[in-house]
Amino acid sequence: MTTTTAEPTLSFDDALAAYDPAMGLEVHVELGTNTKMFCGCPTEFGAEPNTQVCPVCLGLPGALPVVNEVAVESAIRIGLALNCSIAPWCRFARKNYFYPDMPKNFQTSQYDEPIAVDGYLDVELEDGSTYRVEIERAHMEEDTGKSLHVGGSTGRIHGATHSLVDYNRAGIPLIEIVTKPILGTRERAPEVAKAYVATLRDLLKALEVSDVKMEQGSMRCDVNLSLSPAGAGTLGTRTETKNVNSLRSVERAVRYEVGRHAAILAGGGSITQETRHWHEDTGITTSGRVKSDAEDYRYFPEPDLVPVAPSEEAIEALRATLPEPPAERRKRLQAEWGYGDLEMRDVMNAGLVDLIGATVAAGASPTAARKWWSGEIARRANGEGVDVPTYASRLGVTPAHVVELEGLVTAGRLNDSMARQAWEGVLDGEGTPTEVADARGLELVQDTGALEAAVDAVIAGNPDVADKIRDGKVQAVGALIGQVMREMKGQADAAAARQLILARLGQS
Amino acid sequence: MADLTRDDVAHLAGLARIDLSDAELDRMVGELGVILEAVATVQQAPIADVEPMSHPMPIVNVTRPDVVRPSLTPEEALAGAPEAEQQRFSVPRILDEE
Repeated sequence: MTTTTAEPTLSFDDALAAYDPAMGLEVHVELGTNTKMFCGCPTEFGAEPNTQVCPVCLGLPGALPVVNEVAVESAIRIGLALNCSIAPWCRFARKNYFYPDMPKNFQTSQYDEPIAVDGYLDVELEDGSTYRVEIERAHMEEDTGKSLHVGGSTGRIHGATHSLVDYNRAGIPLIEIVTKPILGTRERAPEVAKAYVATLRDLLKALEVSDVKMEQGSMRCDVNLSLSPAGAGTLGTRTETKNVNSLRSVERAVRYEVGRHAAILAGGGSITQETRHWHEDTGITTSGRVKSDAEDYRYFPEPDLVPVAPSEEAIEALRATLPEPPAERRKRLQAEWGYGDLEMRDVMNAGLVDLIGATVAAGASPTAARKWWSGEIARRANGEGVDVPTYASRLGVTPAHVVELEGLVTAGRLNDSMARQAWEGVLDGEGTPTEVADARGLELVQDTGALEAAVDAVIAGNPDVADKIRDGKVQAVGALIGQVMREMKGQADAAAARQLILARLGQS
Repeated sequence: MADLTRDDVAHLAGLARIDLSDAELDRMVGELGVILEAVATVQQAPIADVEPMSHPMPIVNVTRPDVVRPSLTPEEALAGAPEAEQQRFSVPRILDEE
C-alpha cells in the first residue's frame, strides 16, 4: 500500500546538528462523567453500537443540548490544576464540518473563548531537572462517533465502499489541552514530549476526572512539530501527527518527524502543512489531509446554549477540591519513606506508590513495603503482563499480608530467606504469611542449646578466624555466621548467631 | 462587502460537499450574491454601543445534573437512517479524505 511507504529521514543527531525542533502538544481527554456533554446518554466504553444515543447526540431536528454540570466543574478543576486562569464568562461554539462522525454536521466546541487559559505544567525529566511546559488553553468540547470502513481489506478508508457509524461516543465530554510552542528542548524534545504527556496523565488521574486510558482512547495526543535552522529562533512550517496514543509513541513520533522534516529541509524542499497519520506498528507517519484553515470551520457562538459564567466563589470552591499535585506528593512521600531517588523512581515506574502508601499506613515499614511489593510479586505480575496493583488485587494479596510478614520477621520467627518462602506461599494462594509458615514448617530454631553447640563447633573449627575476632577484627565474624547458618540448615536467626559468636570471643 | 467570486462558491460547495456543475456554479454566484446583498442590510444597524449577543435570553449557567437518562433503542435510533448495517448507520465513503 503506497500510503505506508516510509519517507527518507535524517538521523536524529544529524537533524539536530542543523535544526531546532519546536513542538506543540494537543491532548484530548475524555471525562469520566456518567453522561454525555449535552445529553443524558450514558458513556460506557464498549457498549453495543448505537445503544447510547438520543435525539440530542444524533443531531435530530428540534433537539436541544443542555450542559453537564460535572463536565464544566471537571474542566475548571483541570484548568486550575494546570495553573490556568478560568474565564469568568465563556461560550460554546459550533465548529462546522461535513463528515459523518458528527451527525449534527458540526462539533460543539469552544473557539475564541476557552474556559481556561495561560497555565503551565512543570515536567520532571529523567535526570531530575524540570522543564516548564506553558499551557495555551484548555477548552470543552464533545467527542465524535466511530466509523468502521467496510470493503477495504484493512478496515481503513482506502478501498472502502462505505462506512458504518456508531454514535455511542459522539457527545462524550472532551477537554482539549493545548500547549504553547515548546522551544529550546533540542535533543530532549522526544523526552520532554513523553514526560509532559505522562505528567499530564498522572495529574488527570489524581484529579479523578478521567480514567486516562490511552489504549482505550480516553486520552489521545496530537503532536505538532516544526524545525527551524539551528539558532535562528524562528518557527518553521508544522505538521500535526494525529492520534499518537501511547507514551512510547509520543517519543517515537517526535523523533521520527524530526528526522523526516530534516531530510526534506536539508534536500532543499519545504514542509507541507498537513496532518500526518501515526502508524504504531512501523513507527512512521504518513500524509493525511491538508489542514483546513480555521475559517473553513466557520465557527460561530452556539445559539442553543447559554454562556458558562462561573462565579469567583464557585471557582475557589473547586480549587479547594484539588488534590496534592502528583509531583509534590511524590517528593513528600519520598522524604517520608526515606527512599533514594532511584528507589523512588523504580517505585513510581512500577505504579507502586499507592500500594506502598496503603501498606505503610497499615503499619509496615517503608523498607519492607518496597521490598515485598517489588520483588517476587513484580516478577510474576510482569510475566502476566499486568502491573503489581492489578496482580495483587487479582490474587487477593493485600497490605495486611505485608504487615503480617514483616511482623513475623521482627518477632524473630522467620529470617529473611524463610520470609521469602512464606511470601511465595502467599502468592501461591496458600493463605496468610502465618498460615504458610505453619503449613511449611518455617520457624527459626529458638533452641539456644542447638545454636550454642553450632557456634562452639564453628569457632573450634576456625581457630585463625576466631583469633582475629578476639584481636578486634569484628568484621571477620561474617564468615563464621555463614558457617553457623549452614550447620543449622538455615533455621537459625543470623542476628542471634552473630551476637553469640561475638560474646564467646569477648567482643560484646 | 466584497463581491462573491466563483472560487468562493466552489470552495463553499466543497466544504458543504455539494457537487455543482459549472453552470450551477455560475448561477449560484449570482443568486448567492443577491442573498448576501439583501442580508447585508443588517450591517447598517446602529450597533456601536450594543454588546454582541449569541442568545436572546440574558441568562448564564444553565446546566443539568450528571444523571443518566434513557437513550433510544438502536431500532429507534436507526429508524430514520436510509441504510443501516451491523446496528450502525451506513454512509457513503468519503472520497479524498484521510
